[in-house]
Amino acid sequence: MGQTLYQKIYHSHVVGKLNASTDLLFVDRHLIHEVTSPQAFSGLKLAGRAVRRPDLTFATMDHNVSTQRRSLDAAGETSRKQLEALAANCDEHRIPLLDLTHPDQGIVHVIGPEQGLTQPGMIIVCGDSHTSTHGAFGALAFGIGTSEVEHVLATQTLPQQQAKTLKVEISGDLPEHVTPKDVILAVIGKLGTAGGNGYVAEFCGSAIRGMSMEGRMTLCNMSIEMGAKAGLIAPDDTTFAYLKGKAHAPQAEHWDAAVSYWQSLHSDADAVFDKTISLDASSISPQITWGTNPEQVIAVDEPIPAPASFSDDTKRQAAERALQYMGLSAGQKLTDCAVDVVFIGSCTNSRIEDLRAAASVVRDRKVAPGVRALVVPGSGVVKRQAEQEGLAEIFKQAGFEWREPGCSMCLGMNDDQVAAGQRCASTSNRNFEGRQGRGARTHLVSPAMAAAAAIAGKFVNVARLEGAAQ
Amino acid sequence: MSQIFKQGLVCPLDKNNVDTDQIIPKQFLTSVSRDGFAEALFYDWRYLADGAANPEFVLNYPQYQGASILLTRANFGCGSSREHAPWALQQYGFNVIIAESFADIFFNNSVNNGMLLITLSKTNIELLFNRCAQGPQQWQIDLASQEILFGNNAAMGFNIDPDIKQRLLSGLDFIGSSEQLNPQIAAFEAQRRANLPWLG
Ligand code: SF4
Repeated sequence: MGQTLYQKIYHSHVVGKLNASTDLLFVDRHLIHEVTSPQAFSGLKLAGRAVRRPDLTFATMDHNVSTQRRSLDAAGETSRKQLEALAANCDEHRIPLLDLTHPDQGIVHVIGPEQGLTQPGMIIVCGDSHTSTHGAFGALAFGIGTSEVEHVLATQTLPQQQAKTLKVEISGDLPEHVTPKDVILAVIGKLGTAGGNGYVAEFCGSAIRGMSMEGRMTLCNMSIEMGAKAGLIAPDDTTFAYLKGKAHAPQAEHWDAAVSYWQSLHSDADAVFDKTISLDASSISPQITWGTNPEQVIAVDEPIPAPASFSDDTKRQAAERALQYMGLSAGQKLTDCAVDVVFIGSCTNSRIEDLRAAASVVRDRKVAPGVRALVVPGSGVVKRQAEQEGLAEIFKQAGFEWREPGCSMCLGMNDDQVAAGQRCASTSNRNFEGRQGRGARTHLVSPAMAAAAAIAGKFVNVARLEGAAQ
Repeated sequence: MSQIFKQGLVCPLDKNNVDTDQIIPKQFLTSVSRDGFAEALFYDWRYLADGAANPEFVLNYPQYQGASILLTRANFGCGSSREHAPWALQQYGFNVIIAESFADIFFNNSVNNGMLLITLSKTNIELLFNRCAQGPQQWQIDLASQEILFGNNAAMGFNIDPDIKQRLLSGLDFIGSSEQLNPQIAAFEAQRRANLPWLG
């Protein structure tokens, strides 16, 4: 019987057996950031351990940084201490760090691919759940906790048990104005936030093949939101073209060998998945979440479902509670709801293609009065490119704030927060209670939909925004 | 032979999909220390906007003070990978969590801190909530025999991964046990360098 892509990567990384069902796997790339690493470094110090492979470790500053000014103290005293601790730890252990003085600094899941650190067939871990993003390259990439960060720093390995495999097949073509963000929201709506628990998901099908790397990253980024351990997409020519010439990608003398190895990284035709779901891309409309978890999602023109329509009583209770928190009622249409804040950014949707999509909606228009709108590029690289392409100017002229790279309002660890009771159209990945600020009401949408909401001052189907640019 | 792994008062948290942003909100994540998170546990639910304890949140009920076993529902610990979540639960006093299901990363993080996470069917979780509705419960957990003991000879069995059970019972050092495979790690590195030289 053939193997799935996940199984191939898993088996090729087994260092040895720890227990009946637990293997020790080698980690090819360990990404770290300021929030989940300080306790791991103190643990190492306490036990007198060294970092085994600083050359396979890579650090950035992102969660805590101010997006107003590129200065360590710009986001407050405790943030500064945490950022300084990261810098000191990287210095002591000789770990490369993209700090705030580096022109390429940005969100860990944006810079990994940009720097060519993310490559097919690798095992990539990071103390952050959206590490699943890197699965877009056909790498097995997943989030870990701080004890595991310490474990990887010390041994460059991680104990693992084999996960089950889930095939997510997306066939057909995406309609105009429907983006990878809408696809993943629709998949989560179908599968539920816990539907992927215990699985590694592989996305395949013609719609995936037609997607850019940016789109694939958006898709894999949110596979954690359906509970999956990781999301995966088999590498192809799109992947190789993206990687070619990147700073840390295989250089000339190794390139051909690397590509021929990468070409072997796909699920065999006779591989058996534990579970399969399929979706026809052409049936998907622009999506928007109405509740407080990502499975509470509808097409933007649909009315909010009545809690009574859920046959499962836990889902019914969750819907009742969510509507109360969100200040909404069953049957209401979100296209009748005003927005207070629009956030375009986060590791889900802050790449150049996302900004292009948003800018094409914003061009020659103005942000509606009373709406606070900001664009936070995912990295210095994205920011420079957007400025060169004139996108920054389009946003600024429309009344958007144009910020420095960082996680920003995705989780509001700095001063970018949504006030209690305010409604936010956000391109991020989590609409949990209080995620963007205590009492904040988050609606997850694509960059084009967020841009359209900023212009209209309320939620609107971007396809119907009058004279929407192509 | 029965051997009690943990025992204590049970606090029922009747919610699904409790995410790690609820378990510990982001403003507490800027710490560089592993301690001091007990006060932050369930912060937005536990305290009112003015900082006073929210009398309607179950953790603040007088009968659940000192609880060490948390009973909850499906998909507990979903969301962010922050290990601050199990740290906060543990430092508050919870060392056993019983739920219908847990998110993967949260599950691993908790086990790595020596906490026992028990997964039960929806029906059994319902039975446990019914017990709690009758009044405060003191339960014992026998990990060796995989049973929750309610007293009066009543018990409920549970499944647990044998490797995790072994780790919890023997208290093995997480990193130390992997380090015993150091020679294999070195051999793997050498082979990787030979086969895929661009990886370093
Ligand atoms: S952008 Fe948001 S989801 Fe992504 S790494 Fe930062 S905080 Fe996490």
